Amino acid sequence: MATAFSATLPLHGSQENRLLLPPTRLAPPPPSSSFLGSTRSLPIRSLNHAHASRRSPVFAVQEVVKDKKKPTNSLLITKEEGLVLYEDMILGRSFEDMCAQMYYRGKMFGFVHLYNGQEAVSTGFIKLLTQSDSVVSTYRDHVHALSKGVSARAVMSELFGKVTGCCRGQGGSMHMFSKEHNVLGGFAFIGEGIPVATGAAFTSKYKREVLKQDCEDVTVAFFGDGTCNNGQFYECLNMAALYKLPIIFVVENNLWAIGMSHLRSTSDPEIWKKGPAFGMPGVHVDGMDVLKVREVAKEAVGRARRGEGPTLVECETYRFRGHSLADPDELRDAAEKAKYAARDPITALKKYLVENKLANEGELKSIEKKIDELVEEAVEFADASPQPGRSQLLENVFADPKGFGIGPDGRYRCEDPKFTEGTAQV
Amino acid sequence: MWGILRRSAVDGGGFSSSSLGKTRFALVSARSYAAGSKEMTVRDALNSAIDEEMSADPKVFVMGEEVGQYQGAYKITKGLLEKYGPERVYDTPITEAGFTGIGVGAAYAGLKPVVEFMTFNFSMQAIDHIINSAAKSNYMSAGQINVPIVFRGPNGAAAGVGAQHSQCYAAWYASVPGLKVLAPYSAEDARGLLKAAIRDPDPVVFLENELLYGESFPISEEALDSSFCLPIGKAKIEREGKDVTITTFSKMVGFALKAAEKLAEEGISAEVINLRSIRPLDRATINASVRKTSRLVTVEEGFPQHGVCAEICASVVEESFSYLDAPVERIAGADVPMPYAANLERLALPQVEDIVRAAKRACYRSK
Repeated sequence: MATAFSATLPLHGSQENRLLLPPTRLAPPPPSSSFLGSTRSLPIRSLNHAHASRRSPVFAVQEVVKDKKKPTNSLLITKEEGLVLYEDMILGRSFEDMCAQMYYRGKMFGFVHLYNGQEAVSTGFIKLLTQSDSVVSTYRDHVHALSKGVSARAVMSELFGKVTGCCRGQGGSMHMFSKEHNVLGGFAFIGEGIPVATGAAFTSKYKREVLKQDCEDVTVAFFGDGTCNNGQFYECLNMAALYKLPIIFVVENNLWAIGMSHLRSTSDPEIWKKGPAFGMPGVHVDGMDVLKVREVAKEAVGRARRGEGPTLVECETYRFRGHSLADPDELRDAAEKAKYAARDPITALKKYLVENKLANEGELKSIEKKIDELVEEAVEFADASPQPGRSQLLENVFADPKGFGIGPDGRYRCEDPKFTEGTAQV
Repeated sequence: MWGILRRSAVDGGGFSSSSLGKTRFALVSARSYAAGSKEMTVRDALNSAIDEEMSADPKVFVMGEEVGQYQGAYKITKGLLEKYGPERVYDTPITEAGFTGIGVGAAYAGLKPVVEFMTFNFSMQAIDHIINSAAKSNYMSAGQINVPIVFRGPNGAAAGVGAQHSQCYAAWYASVPGLKVLAPYSAEDARGLLKAAIRDPDPVVFLENELLYGESFPISEEALDSSFCLPIGKAKIEREGKDVTITTFSKMVGFALKAAEKLAEEGISAEVINLRSIRPLDRATINASVRKTSRLVTVEEGFPQHGVCAEICASVVEESFSYLDAPVERIAGADVPMPYAANLERLALPQVEDIVRAAKRACYRSK
């Protein structure tokens, strides 16, 4: 079942798939279709008799590319881009695998949620962003932080609870913050990050319109299928469309919320449909294919930067491991896991790069080796780092512990005789 | 740990000498007479504070239900939409969780939102954002991300609005590290504390009181200046006394002052402390006062269990136990959801007689 990018409003779950060319494109376009979705049938199709399978004129990326094999300059990525994507996904995968090892050795503790299998979504979106764009995530946030640019050392140290971590050990696995790279968390409550991301997007618009600054920053909010039943999600879809905010809502639909299947908990499981209900485009994309995700992301990010408003992108993806390292993962069917394991995004990208002669095995192997060494070094660094000092317990509760009204010298600001002359330091 | 504060400092601002303190008290009790100094309602004080802060800093903006075209549900934001336009005064849909979270996200990214809750009862729909994404963020991010946001709105009981519109949230919010919680009483408090709250780089919960909005208080020239700020974390001694300390905040300050007058007729000199700041609580001032008078009566409007009064009692017992001459007295609202009937509502809230009775009990002047 494929879905088209419906750029006109309002279309409530369009019954037929309409292709609409967007006004401008950032990448050299294949001439026929604009927004490319997946023709692969979703597993839910077979369970839902009410919706007959709809054939659509939208083609998957792979097929379009196959049609245009001859002129290689119509490939979706260049060699450099391909290697960047590959390296980022390998980093995500190796890092998470190492986390599992460290957890079982007792170096990491508490709740740890791993991202194996979903790398295409993170890489596909975040590698299109600049440093000043913001990313907001959930507790499954290690790879989002890594893709955005936080160093592997900083993330690993944070997970070990050491003072050299990106939050000096105060946040932990579920609360990755980085002001430098504009990673605004890391939230344990599902749905909590969505309004915060909407607020960051609001700030971009405010900076442009009220403060008259040159601000094209967009915000990408990542969250899961379970979150899409939460009230805050709908509140923010409404307000983002109402205020036309530069935000992209990315649903990482891995079909499972701990042990609750998406189909058991959702009246209408097609999340992309909920976008047009609020007046924004809703797109469904194959989240196991980084190139497809990247194409969709380019459109959505472009829309946001041009001031055309938000987009809801549903990425069909899968997590290869349990919900967290404490999850026995007994409810998921082995056949389902095997099916998605066969669609591993890293293997798919490797195949694409090699088949289209963008890279050879040797180059890819050397990237894998480099990342292995990087992750090992991060572990050594984290191991060797000290734990936070005792004084850190009481630090950073407030940015200004004395409270405004008490100046830096300890005196009350209102006691300063110049205070009411308009010349005092406020 | 807490030293005895210098006497001059407890006048809550330095510019008010003890004579002005007495004069102010006299003016407060004689509010019905045309006094020489200017008077201002709490509503105007809040409006002028927001107005001045918005004009001084373009990053300040107001967001909430009915704050724009309706001129504010209680008219606190009157005139702001016309002055600053819809890009800075946002009428939101009825989505507390959503718009509070948007405010927090905007604060993460560098703006200074003033988020209005129509009453703090509705903040329960957004409490996840106030506590988890605002209060805890500076700590979780180890100082990288601070949240300069103000959550304001009326708190506590109004008149006949029923159980779901009458709860006092001071104790709930003041128990969370990472939040600053302020509760103004007079117009000067309202102006000074709100201006300080907007400039403060941390999340501030600003608890107003609906019944105080229309009350006029005398206001000094200094308080009308656009740079005027009161220190956060400092209580004010509204009336000096030597026999018993009465600590309270918000509307109950007025009741406590009336009670102090009644007590004065009976020869008991009560010291009334207006807490102003619930978190950080000004333990130094409270303890200094108790060490002077040896008796404590704490008053609040909210539910008694785990309330602000409980915290003050614990603090005084911990730090000034040997100075106490009588058990600490605690007056709070009744331990029931607020009833609707007018006579029951009056029974459910502390009245002046209750404060007088408790003070007399503390002074061993009654059964």
